Amino acid sequence: MQKPVYISGMGAITSIGNNIGEMKNSLMSNRHGIHHIQYLDTAHKGKLLVGEVKMSNDELLNSLGIEIESSSRTTMLGMIAAREAVAIQGLNLDDGKRTGLISSTSVGGIDKSENFIKKFFEDPASGKLRNMMTHDCGDSTEHIAVDLGIRHYVSTISTACSSSANAIMTGARLIRHNILDRVLVGGTDSMTKYTLNGFNALKILDSDHCKPFDNDRQGLNLGEGAAFLLLESEESLKERNGEPIGIVQGYGNANDAYHQTASSPDGAGAYEAMRIALKQAAMTTEDIQYINVHGTATPVNDLSEGTAIQRLFQSEIPDFSSTKCFTGHTLAAAGSIEAVIALLNLKHQFIAPNLNFKTAIEGINMTPIVSLKRTNSLKNILSNSFGFGGNCSSLVLSSI
Amino acid sequence: MNIYINGIGNVSPQNTLDNSKFLEELVNEKSNTLWVKDPNYKEHISGGSLRRMSRILKIGVHSAHQCMTDAGQKKLDAIITGTGLGCLTDTEKFLKNIYSNDEGVVSPTQFIQSTHNAISAQIALMIQCKNYNFTYTHRGSSFESALLDGMLLIQENAENVLVGGLDELTDSYLKITSRMNMWKTTGFEQLDLFMQEGKGTIAGEGASFFMLGKKPSQNCYAVIKGLQILFKPQNVSSVENTINSLLVNNGLVKEDLDIVILGYNGDHELDATYHQLQSGLLQGIDVCRFKHLCGEYKTASSFGLWTASQILKKQHVPDILKKGEFEKSSIKNVLLYNNYNNSNHSMLLLQHVES
Repeated sequence: MQKPVYISGMGAITSIGNNIGEMKNSLMSNRHGIHHIQYLDTAHKGKLLVGEVKMSNDELLNSLGIEIESSSRTTMLGMIAAREAVAIQGLNLDDGKRTGLISSTSVGGIDKSENFIKKFFEDPASGKLRNMMTHDCGDSTEHIAVDLGIRHYVSTISTACSSSANAIMTGARLIRHNILDRVLVGGTDSMTKYTLNGFNALKILDSDHCKPFDNDRQGLNLGEGAAFLLLESEESLKERNGEPIGIVQGYGNANDAYHQTASSPDGAGAYEAMRIALKQAAMTTEDIQYINVHGTATPVNDLSEGTAIQRLFQSEIPDFSSTKCFTGHTLAAAGSIEAVIALLNLKHQFIAPNLNFKTAIEGINMTPIVSLKRTNSLKNILSNSFGFGGNCSSLVLSSI
Repeated sequence: MNIYINGIGNVSPQNTLDNSKFLEELVNEKSNTLWVKDPNYKEHISGGSLRRMSRILKIGVHSAHQCMTDAGQKKLDAIITGTGLGCLTDTEKFLKNIYSNDEGVVSPTQFIQSTHNAISAQIALMIQCKNYNFTYTHRGSSFESALLDGMLLIQENAENVLVGGLDELTDSYLKITSRMNMWKTTGFEQLDLFMQEGKGTIAGEGASFFMLGKKPSQNCYAVIKGLQILFKPQNVSSVENTINSLLVNNGLVKEDLDIVILGYNGDHELDATYHQLQSGLLQGIDVCRFKHLCGEYKTASSFGLWTASQILKKQHVPDILKKGEFEKSSIKNVLLYNNYNNSNHSMLLLQHVES
C-alpha cells in the first residue's frame, strides 16, 4: 500500500470566478466565461472569443495588496490562487515542516516581456529592463514562493498543456518519497499575444464558442487562469488536525512520440497515461464514475482522446464532459483548474455540462453530459491533460 | 540511495565530445561569451531534420545521443530535461514575426518549436520512446529538478532514465543581459576568469546529459548518493546544515569528502557564499571550479556534474579545475555545490564506483 497523498486546500481564479466559490456557482448555473477580448491589448480584439479573468492588471495588483516592481499577469493570477489554497485555519507554513512549491506555466511572464521585446526590436537600447525580468518560467513561481515564505524545494514544470497535471503528479511523488511534508502544486498562465497568435497561426482557434466532442468542432477558445492544491502527508495533516478534501489516488505520464503538436490518431499516449494512472490507483475502469476530458475542441485532440477512451473503457464509458467550454483552454493551468473542478464535483456531487454540444463525432459516437447532472455516486474522477510534444498526463482524484 | 551514472554526453564550449578524453585540449578564448563547439550534427540527425531544428534542439539532441551511445542504451524508461530559458531563438523569431506582421498571418513553426518541452519531446520522437517525459524550467534549479525526478523514478523501479540540462545563448539575450550588467567587460582570456575582480561573470551555454541507472554498468562513472535543492536559504548556516545532513544521511563526515566542486563564477558578490563555505564547513578540503570552462548559465551545474563524473571515473583531476594545491590522489567522495544568483542552491553527493 502506497502512502496516501491528501489534498487539504485549493484555490483558483479563472474566467468563471475569482475564487473557488464563484467557480462552483458558475459551473452549477451554466455560466461560461468566454467573451470578446476585453483586457489583452491585441489586434485580435473583437475577432476572437477568449476566457479572460474579469479583472485588469491594476485590479489584480490592488486585490493582492502588494508592491512588486514589475509583476506579470501570470504571477498575479498564480498568487491569488496560491493564497486561497493555503488560507486554511490552523495551517502555519512556517512551522518547520518541509514545504515545497511546484508550479507550472507555459509562457511565464511573457505578457510583460513581449512588450519589452517590441521596443527592443526597434532599438536594442530601449525597453524597460524590469519588464524583461519576468520573462522566464521560474519568475512567477519564485514570487509566489516569496509571498508565502516557502524556502524548501521550489520548482517549475513546463510541458505545454499538461504542465499543471504534471505538477500535481510531481508533488504527490515528493510526498510519497518523504522528501516534503506538504507541497503546493498547480499552474498559472495569463493571456498573451504570444499564445493567442501561436494558436491562431496553427489554425486551431474557433472564432465562435468552442464545441468539445462535437462533430462540427472548429477549435479551442484560449483561456487564462491559475489553480493550486495543497498536498499533504498523512502525518502532517494529523499533526495539525487538518481536514482533507480529497486524495491524489493515481497518476500516469506517457508520450505519444508521434508529432510535435498533433496527437496520434489512436491516442497511444493518452491511452497509456490513463492506463498507468488507473494501475497506479489500483483501480479498474469500473471504478471511475466521471472523466473530465482534455476536450480542447480541436478536431485532432477530441478524436484522438475519444478513441483512446473507447479503447480503454470499451463499452462501459463513464459520464464525461469537457469544462473548457466554461473556462477556455488555460494551457499550463488547465490540469490544476480541472483538478479543482473535480474536487468541487466530488464535494458537491455534480457534473458540469459539456456546453455547445449537438452531434456526436462520427465514428466514435460518444455523447458527453450536456446539462448539469446531480448525483450521489461520484467517488473517483479521471482528469486528462495532454499537450504539445506528445506530453500526456492523467490523474485519478478521489473523495475521502 | 544508489543512482548510477552509466553514460554522459556533453556539448559545451570545451572539447567534450569524446568521453575518453577529459579536458586535455583546452579552449581558451578572449571573450566574455562562450558558445558551444559545434559537433558534427549529421552523426545523429538527418539532413531534413537538421535544417528545421533550432540550435538548442540540435545541441540537445546531439548531447542526448552522445550519452545514449556512451551508455549503450536506447531503451529508456524516461526522458527528463531541465532548461532555464528553453528555446530562446524560436521564441525571439516568433515574436519578431508577430510584430513585423501586426499580428497578421504568421507561420506556426517557430511557435511549435519554442515550447520548453520541445527538446525532450524531440528526443522521444527520434527514438520512439513513449514513456515518461518531463521538462523542468526553473532558473538555476532547472537541471537539479530534472535530476531529482530521475532519481525518484529509479527508486520507483525505472531501469534507465535520460536526464539533461541545457540552455542556449542568443544575440538578443546577450544584449539584454549586458544592459543588466551581468558580464565582465574588460578583455581577458576565459581561463583567467578567476583572476579578474569586481562584479559580473562570463556568459556560457551547453547541453549535458546523463544516463541514470538502477544498476552500475561496465561503463559506470559514479554513483549519486543524494541531492538537496534549496530556494533562497536565509543564510550560509542553512546551506551548511543541508550539506551536513546530506553527509550524515550517508554515514559520512566532512573529512570523508575528497573534493568539493564549487560553482564560483568570478562575480565577487555572488562568489561570497563559496568563500564563506571554504573558510567554514568545507575548510581544508580540495576545491575544484568549472565555470571558467563553460561560462555561467542557468543549467551550468550540469557541466559541473559532467566534471564530477569524469573525475570519479578517471580518478584524475585536470590542473585547470584545481583551486590551490591538491593533496588527495585517490578520489572517493565528491560534493558538488552550486548556486545560481544566490537564489537556487543545490548540493549533490557523489561516490566513486569500483569497476
